[in-house]
Amino acid sequence: MKVIIMHAILGVFIMKNKQKIVSVTNLKVVFDIKQSFINELFSKKRKIVKAVDGISLDIYEGEIVSLVGESGSGKTTLGKAILNLVPISEGEVFFKGESVNFKNKKEVKKFRQKAQMIFQDPYQTLDPKSLIFDAVVEPLEVNNMLKTVSERKEKAVKALEDSGMAPGEDFLYRYPYELSGGQRQRAAIAGSIILNPDFIVADEPVSMLDVSIRTGILKLLLNLKDSRDLAFLFITHDLSLAWLISDRIAIMYLGKIMEIGTSDEIIKGCIHPYTKALLDIMPVPEVNRNRIRKVLTGEIPDPTEIPKGCRFNTRCEFAYDKCYVDEPELTKISNDHFVACHLATEDINAKS
Amino acid sequence: MELLRINNLKTYFNISSGTVKAVDDVSLTLDYGESLGLVGESGCGKTTTALSITQLLPSEGSIVSGEILLEGKNIVNLSDTEIKKVRWKEVSMIFQGAMNALNPVMRIGDQIAEAIILHEKLSYKDAIKRVEELFQLVELEPKRISNYPHEFSGGMKQRAMIAMALACNPKLIIGDEPTTALDVMVQAQILNLLDKLRKELNMGIILITHDLSILGETCDKIAVMYAGKIVETGYVEDIYNNNKHPYTYKLLSSFPNIHKERVMPDAIEGIPPDLINPPSGCRFHPRCPYAKDICGKEEPRMELANEGHYYACHFGGVYNEK
Ligand SMILES: Nc1ncnc2c1ncn2[C@@H]1O[C@H](COP(=O)(O)OP(=O)(O)OP(=O)(O)O)[C@@H](O)[C@H]1O
Ligand SMILES: Nc1ncnc2c1ncn2[C@@H]1O[C@H](COP(=O)(O)OP(=O)(O)O)[C@@H](O)[C@H]1O
Ligand code: SF4
Ligand code: SF4
Ligand SMILES: [Mg+2]
Ligand SMILES: [Mg+2]
Repeated sequence: MKVIIMHAILGVFIMKNKQKIVSVTNLKVVFDIKQSFINELFSKKRKIVKAVDGISLDIYEGEIVSLVGESGSGKTTLGKAILNLVPISEGEVFFKGESVNFKNKKEVKKFRQKAQMIFQDPYQTLDPKSLIFDAVVEPLEVNNMLKTVSERKEKAVKALEDSGMAPGEDFLYRYPYELSGGQRQRAAIAGSIILNPDFIVADEPVSMLDVSIRTGILKLLLNLKDSRDLAFLFITHDLSLAWLISDRIAIMYLGKIMEIGTSDEIIKGCIHPYTKALLDIMPVPEVNRNRIRKVLTGEIPDPTEIPKGCRFNTRCEFAYDKCYVDEPELTKISNDHFVACHLATEDINAKS
Repeated sequence: MELLRINNLKTYFNISSGTVKAVDDVSLTLDYGESLGLVGESGCGKTTTALSITQLLPSEGSIVSGEILLEGKNIVNLSDTEIKKVRWKEVSMIFQGAMNALNPVMRIGDQIAEAIILHEKLSYKDAIKRVEELFQLVELEPKRISNYPHEFSGGMKQRAMIAMALACNPKLIIGDEPTTALDVMVQAQILNLLDKLRKELNMGIILITHDLSILGETCDKIAVMYAGKIVETGYVEDIYNNNKHPYTYKLLSSFPNIHKERVMPDAIEGIPPDLINPPSGCRFHPRCPYAKDICGKEEPRMELANEGHYYACHFGGVYNEK
């Protein structure tokens, strides 16, 4: 039986009546690169990586926004910055209207209950030496909640079952290595939802898993979104996964958003040359000997030396004089669709 | 003559809890310049098949029976010194996750040169020259041979590993998940590179992956492996468009296709079996939606679908029946 995913078609319309959970304004995160002593002596310039270089983004209750881009484009850094896990250099992040730049520990703790992270490797959250039970209830422990074992057990069983591991009791007293890869990721998810968060950053949660079990995890995230009105920032380099589960997709390149729109706008009607390139190289399980894939040459440029003008100009086949001088701004194409490309905005202006 | 023919290979691991039948009666063939995709879920025996061909099995693993004919010569019972000659010069392997195994404090060029010197009688200077040529072949700038691994991106490291595998002009290259850890753009670049090299050098390639979708453009043939056995094999067209085995069918249906309707693909229920005690009869029967009584009792034999296309299922193509 085929279930067509309706949520995204209705998604943005519904979003209008929803609360903003996360609001990012002109966010920048830079890292100082430690140079060897000799280099430091002879170069005057500090080397800085602009990992996130001016991003604005809103995420609504119960919305899944995917962040797609090549390795090194700054996806993880943006996710961590939203969760206040890396220092913000400029701009601001608001969580339910409050700046996340909390000053006291109590506030940070409260924020951590409401905003969680899931990693590519479940072992980043599951200690290989502790039982699934202990791993799942750890957030309760940290926050001194539900002190009795039986209360915690009840909560853990519910979280495991909500994460698709039923009956939950069967898994409580196992070690992570006794689970399959997919189950391990589900256990990590159980730990992240036990405190009833409103927002989760999921950083490549399925890229280590076999294709055959990926969709199980994706369905789980969709369920959590629907049943708990949870919002997600879903990080992936795989456009087809983003298309499957998100309401909106943001395409990121060298620390900036190049294009953002509803899932279908990005897959069926993208405008930015970089989005088109990403789409063009998606492998499709079909025989196609004559399909010439336009693979971009080279790699994402060194983030310590971001190209002047449009940062994509070194790899863009349409680059023209203006692209080497002015940086294109994210410009509205339609309601939810924004693009940062001179060519695209000129086309639009010419038509109107 | 065929480049590679594997006949009824069985490779088992003896461990304290029992015997893991990781490769259990596998046969396949590969010609010069041909590429074969070996695909299946994690733990089904892909890497063990590759390690059997290169004879790099860990001590608890051994080839129990079967033949591996390389250019007609059985390499299963060769002595250590003989097999060392075969490795690198005839067959070489790009290991799963190998790019992370580069020595971080040694220049990349030197690491490759060292491997070359170990196998061919070349001076350091000549070996470095060879590394420069190899870098050109894999589209890396020759001057970057003096870089350290941390100065390379993931994609560049994987190119360097391919250069190393090509060092002694092998006739057969086995890539074990060579693009799995890389992002889609770099993955596409690496696959294109392997394809180019295969055509230029007339090498045979075995591409091991759990991702069936990447094989459509890069392979001639596909072998689908499940729980230590090959359950279906044929030309890419056979596997994609005319498959007969429910596992192949389910595996293909688990991919989203952005050119079609947006539907959540089906996952394959359950998990792959334990290979110490694999299921009786058809090993896929506990997870197969089409299983009938006989499937748990009798092991299906390899049936011919059409030339070069075989499958092992009692009810081949059952999912197409109405
Ligand atoms: N702690 C750090 N110190 C210095 N540079 C960093 C640090 N963390 C990230 N970077 C750099 O910031 C840039 C963005 O990295 P980030 O990890 O956010 O990318 P990503 O899009 O998540 O990549 P991937 O797909 O590989 O996970 C990269 O150039 C990276 O090397
Ligand atoms: N050194 C080993 N000792 C015992 N079992 C092993 C060893 N290496 C692999 N196996 C087992 O053999 C089976 C096949 O493994 P492998 O060839 O690595 O699969 P794949 O590469 O398809 O993921 C698995 O059940 C795995 O656990
Ligand atoms: S602004 Fe210019 S270089 Fe940048 S994507 Fe558009 S056309 Fe290409
Ligand atoms: S033999 Fe039976 S269990 Fe095995 S794949 Fe065919 S139908 Fe399914
Ligand atoms: Mg990342
Ligand atoms: Mg393997």
